[in-house]
Order: sequence, then C-alpha cells, then structure tokens
Amino acid sequence: MSDTLIEFKNVKKVFDDTVVVEDFNLEVKKGEFVTLLGPSGCGKTTMLRILGGFELPTSGSIMMNGEDISMLPPNKRPVNTVFQKYALFPHLNVYDNVAFGLKLKKISKKEQDEKVKKALELVDLEGFEKRAIDTLSGGQQQRIAIARAIVNEPDVLLLDESLSALDYKMRKEMQVELKNMHKKLGITFIFVTHDQEEALTMSDKIVVMADGEIQQIGTPEEIYNEPKNLFVADFIGESNIFKGTMTGYHKARFCGTEFDCVDDYEKDMVIDAVIRPEDIVITEESKGQIKGEVLSCDFKGTFYIVVVQAGKNEIEIHSLNNYEIGTKVGMCIEPDNIHIIPYDSSINHYEGKIVAPQLEDKLHVEFEDFEVDIEPSLILSGAVMSDYELKDAEGNVLDLTDRVVEASFIPSDADLTDQAEEGLIQGNIFSFIYVDDHYRYTVRSKSEEDYVVNDEDLWNQEDYVGVIIPADKISYKLLEENADEE
Amino acid sequence: MKSNNLRKQLAIPYAIFLIFFVVLPLLVVIYYGFTNGDGEPSFDNFIRFFKNGKTIGTLVYSIAIAVLTTFFCLLLAYPVALIIAKGAYDKHTKFLMIFVLPMWINFTLRVTALKEILTFIEGNLAYHQFFNTILCMVYDFLPFMIMPIYNSLTKLDNGLIEAASDLGANKIQVFFKVILPLSIPGIVSGITMVFLPSMTNYVVLDMIYNSTYIMGSLIGSYFSAYDWHNGSVISIILLMIILGVTVISNKFTESDSKTQMAR
Repeated sequence: MSDTLIEFKNVKKVFDDTVVVEDFNLEVKKGEFVTLLGPSGCGKTTMLRILGGFELPTSGSIMMNGEDISMLPPNKRPVNTVFQKYALFPHLNVYDNVAFGLKLKKISKKEQDEKVKKALELVDLEGFEKRAIDTLSGGQQQRIAIARAIVNEPDVLLLDESLSALDYKMRKEMQVELKNMHKKLGITFIFVTHDQEEALTMSDKIVVMADGEIQQIGTPEEIYNEPKNLFVADFIGESNIFKGTMTGYHKARFCGTEFDCVDDYEKDMVIDAVIRPEDIVITEESKGQIKGEVLSCDFKGTFYIVVVQAGKNEIEIHSLNNYEIGTKVGMCIEPDNIHIIPYDSSINHYEGKIVAPQLEDKLHVEFEDFEVDIEPSLILSGAVMSDYELKDAEGNVLDLTDRVVEASFIPSDADLTDQAEEGLIQGNIFSFIYVDDHYRYTVRSKSEEDYVVNDEDLWNQEDYVGVIIPADKISYKLLEENADEE
Repeated sequence: MKSNNLRKQLAIPYAIFLIFFVVLPLLVVIYYGFTNGDGEPSFDNFIRFFKNGKTIGTLVYSIAIAVLTTFFCLLLAYPVALIIAKGAYDKHTKFLMIFVLPMWINFTLRVTALKEILTFIEGNLAYHQFFNTILCMVYDFLPFMIMPIYNSLTKLDNGLIEAASDLGANKIQVFFKVILPLSIPGIVSGITMVFLPSMTNYVVLDMIYNSTYIMGSLIGSYFSAYDWHNGSVISIILLMIILGVTVISNKFTESDSKTQMAR
C-alpha cells in the first residue's frame, strides 16, 4: 500500500531480562494522528523511543517509506520528537532553540529566519525570538518545543506525553491546537498518553496498550463502543461489567434478566457484558428490565452519577435527573448498548512437569510458582501409584517423568489472603476490575505468571498477597507427549 | 522573628572565625606590604618586586607552570569526566573513585612515589626538571579538575543530548553544541581550583629537586628570613592574580549563562 508510512513488524524490546514490549505490529498511514494509549509502564513510551531512534529494538523491524530504519541513529531519521519535559536548550534563546535543526542543515540565514518565524507563528509565539528559555511559562516552553520539532518539516512528529505537565485548562486548549496544527501541516503525528480522554479527543487511530502488548487498535469510536476485552472496556471510560451467559440467538442473561443484544455468540457461552453508565435509562420501576433502589446520587456538573443496587449488583448510571436515595427505580438498556465480550477461557491455565517419583503413592508435579502432590487417577483414569511405581488401569508400569501436566482453576474458586505464605501462590496485585458484585484481580507472581482471582474485598495495586485455591478445585490434565517442546 | 534572631545567632561563630582567620590576617598582610622597615607607609616593596629581574622571572615561571598544569589537567580530565558521567558504565561512582582515591593519600607521599618512579626511568631527575614539575603537578591536581567537570556533566539532562541528536546533530555536533557549552561552569571552577594552587605549591618542586623558585617558594624564603614586608607584597600580588582570574572566569560563566540568569 502506497499510503503506509510506518510499519512496525513484530517489534520486541527487552531491558535487563524484562520484556517491555512484545509482538508490536502496527501500520501508520501518511497524515494520520495515532495515539499510543495505556497505563504507565505499558511500553508506550518505549515504542515511541524506538521509533525516535533512542532505543534499538531487541528484535523485529520498523519500516518507514519502505526502508528499514530500525538501526538508524536519531539524527538520520525523518522524525522529530516533542519531549515530555520539553528538553529545550537552556544556553540558547528561543530563536537558537527553534533554529537548532535548521543550522545543522546549513541552509541560508534568510531561509532560516523565515522558517523560524513561520514556526513561531504557528505556535502563537511571534516575537519571542530573543527571549531566554527560563523566562517562558510551561505552556510557552511546550509550544517552543513543538516549534523546534516542526520547523524541520519531519515526516512524522512524535509527542511523548507532551501535554501531561500542563494544567487542566491549558491542556484542553493545547489539545485543540495540536489537532488544528495536525490538520494544517498534514504530517503524521504519533502521540503517547495515559489520558484516555485526550486520546479520544485527538486521535484518528488509537492503539491501546497494556503490559507491553497491544490490546486493541481502532478509531476512538470503535475503542469506546466495541472494546475487545475487559481491560480496554475498563480503561477507556466508565463501564459496568456483568458476568453472564448467552441464552440464545442475540440473547444474553445477566443481572438476573434476559436482554436482547446485537452481538452474536454461541448459546451457553460464558460472557462479560459491558454497559456504559450513560447508556442505561432510568424509568419507572414497573417499566424497567432491571429493578433496584438508588444508593447514592452525586452531582457532576452536567449530569448526576446515580448508583443503583439491583439484587447483589451495583450499577452506575449517568443521568440528567436527580434521584432521592432509596427511590425504587427501573432500568432499561437498548440492545445496541450492550457490548458482549466472550469470557477469556484461557486464563488460569498453567503447565508443570511431573518429576521422578519422590512419594510412595502420589505424583509430584512442579509448576513455575508452586508444586502439588496429586492422585495419579486425576490425570489418567484408573492409574494407581504404590511403592513409588505408577501403574495404569491394566497394571502396566508407566513412567510419566518429565511429562507436562496442565492445571487450571476458575477465578471464583480462589481467594486472596494477606497472609501471603498461606496461599499456594504468592504475588502482587497487578490489576483489577469491578464485575457484578466483586472485584476481579490479576495477581502476578515473581516468575511473571498471571493468576485471575475473584474476591469481594478491595485490595490495592501492588499489594503482596497469597492466592488460596482449595486442592479439589484445581483440575489437571495430562498433555500429549509432544506438547512439552516449547 | 524568633527564628530570624536564632539564625543571626547561629552566624556568630562563623563571623568570629572569619574575623580572626581571614579579615585580620589579610589586614596584617596589607599592613606589612605597604610599609617599610620603619613602619612608615610606602610602595617601595612593590617597586622592588617589579624592578628585580629575578622576582619577575619567578612570576613568569610560576605562571608558566600554572598555565601548563591547568591545560594538561583539563585535557586529561574532560574526557575522563565525560566517560564516567555519560558513558555506558553502570558503576559511575566506582569508576570515579579510581580517579579520586589518590586524594585520600597525603600528597607528599604521592609525589615521593612518583619521584621514585621517575628516578627509575630518567636516572637523574635534574635533566628534566620542568617536565617533572608539570607531571607531578598534573598528577596532584587532576582530581580537582575531574570532580567539578564530572558534577556539571551529571547534572546535564540526557534529554538535551537526545533532543540534539533528534534534531539532526551527529555525535561531534552534539558535543560542541550542547555538552561543552553546558559544562563550562564545571570547567571554570576546575580551572580556579587548579591554576592558583599550582602557582604556589613549591613543596612539589622541593621534593623533586627543582631548585627554581616559584611564587610560593619566594614567600617562604622571605618569611623564613623574617622579611615580612617583601613576603606580604608577593602575597598581595598573588591575591590580585587570584582576583583577576576569578573575575575573568566569572565573566565567562555569566556571559555564557546570561540567558539562564535572566529570570
């Protein structure tokens, strides 16, 4: 395709044995405004630095205009960056800062003057040429940093959390101005932010990242209305998440009610239903699909946040009307506004290895974070172990040493404890979302395995916890022999 | 108000120290410098110094030693400081330690050690007196040049270096357009810390059998002969040189960082 400007292919970056970005694939078209969005530590800034040339990818390649630029130093790339802390040169005045790149290109002084003037006009700072950097406000320094980058007429402008140091009002203004600049200049902008509102306002395309991986790529509307997974749904905007099942063609059941919906998944499939607070309509109790009682109602300027208790679920609604606490209300949701995400059945599956017999009557299996002793019959029906010998149903002696066993459990069977050592697994809370009436936590162990656990108590991110899983709630499966080659 | 008073009281010990160990001695030196043997005010001591070819020769020799010592210290220290501060080494402080560690050892001991090495190589030290002096001085003062430059380089934001290369500067351009200008304050304080002491450190010359006088040895010889007047004059002349160098270097930093200072 001719209008593809940048192409990331399987880019991976490892810092000191920690994988920061993995499997990053992205195409950026000429003139697009692309935002990399994600919480801090998700790898978005690393990707920008790789594109700028300040970091080299561990593997993978970056193509620009059809050429591989992965290994080029920053000064050889047709890319300019607006740094998070601006990085303006303190020993140079505004003019010399903006003209820095032009002077290196050895163009005539007259042309230089003209270009600097034009760039300063574009950022609304005409006449600031002689000013010292330290006499400028944060917002003005920001504009100079932008002027210094665009004066070089790069193919791509990279913006690294460029607005996060500004106060709220200034940020709003700069958002609009950046968007206008983008239209005027017609060059490609790649913007990094953790602010979802900023991303939704400015971008043509949003790349949602978490934990070094791309979660979803799409237009702001797609990202908001059709989140691919619970992380995206939770990170972008407010959302109510309900656990449920598909009950038929375009029918899903959650919150104790069957709803019509537009997403099509197999009957009986376990799902999460995502509903935005502004998409729930409060009606008279008798007319509602769900009924409940108002728990709280807070004024937010243009709307009220109404929290309704319906059965055991708490539902957040954005409403234009004020409701008395205790009011009985009904709630309706249009099929269009119910977004179904299939429940990720791959979570909580772990592979371990059977070790040579150490126990008289049980198999010892070692996993990354824990080890268990299990009855042989759990993985091979009829098998028994006695006297350090494993025999199958017919009585033949078997050797399962080094064979891979898969263990799995469902999130609601596990519990968290702050007596970490009491748990089967220890780790830190990595993330959590509110579903139905409980929190769904992702606990990350030292070996970087993730364990998903439902718990009613509120824990904080980074808390060190133990995961308790009753022995009879873990299911085991012996994998085929060739499966252990990975 | 109370805390203000307390603060003033806290300054008293320092004020006393300054009066007895800085101001009074300075006044005594000035008194002796501008009086003759009979206690009458006169400029004779000055005139004698500048009329005497030997003392002028000593001044020139001292300045030559100081200039060369400073020059070679800067030449050696800058790359070292740059490598330690900005190089790809994780263990900055350990690396820096290697260069600063000799300062923990008494300098006469260090010079003695160096003297032994030089005697082993050159045989008779008398043949290379000037070279040996410069070598010992550079060895002695190098850490005082590395430290301030290293400090100013560590303070330099890596973002500025990245920004410069982002704007198209290659490594050499980044150095001359960003790193060097922003480390000038460090260079200046390094120069002040090396230039002046090396003009007076006559112990080094004594130890390596360089019998040529420098300014320090001149003061020493006058004072040990109880000639307070001539000794004081030379001290005053040195003071003026120190003042001159400080003013010039301050001008340098000021004009360079005028943009920074204009808050």
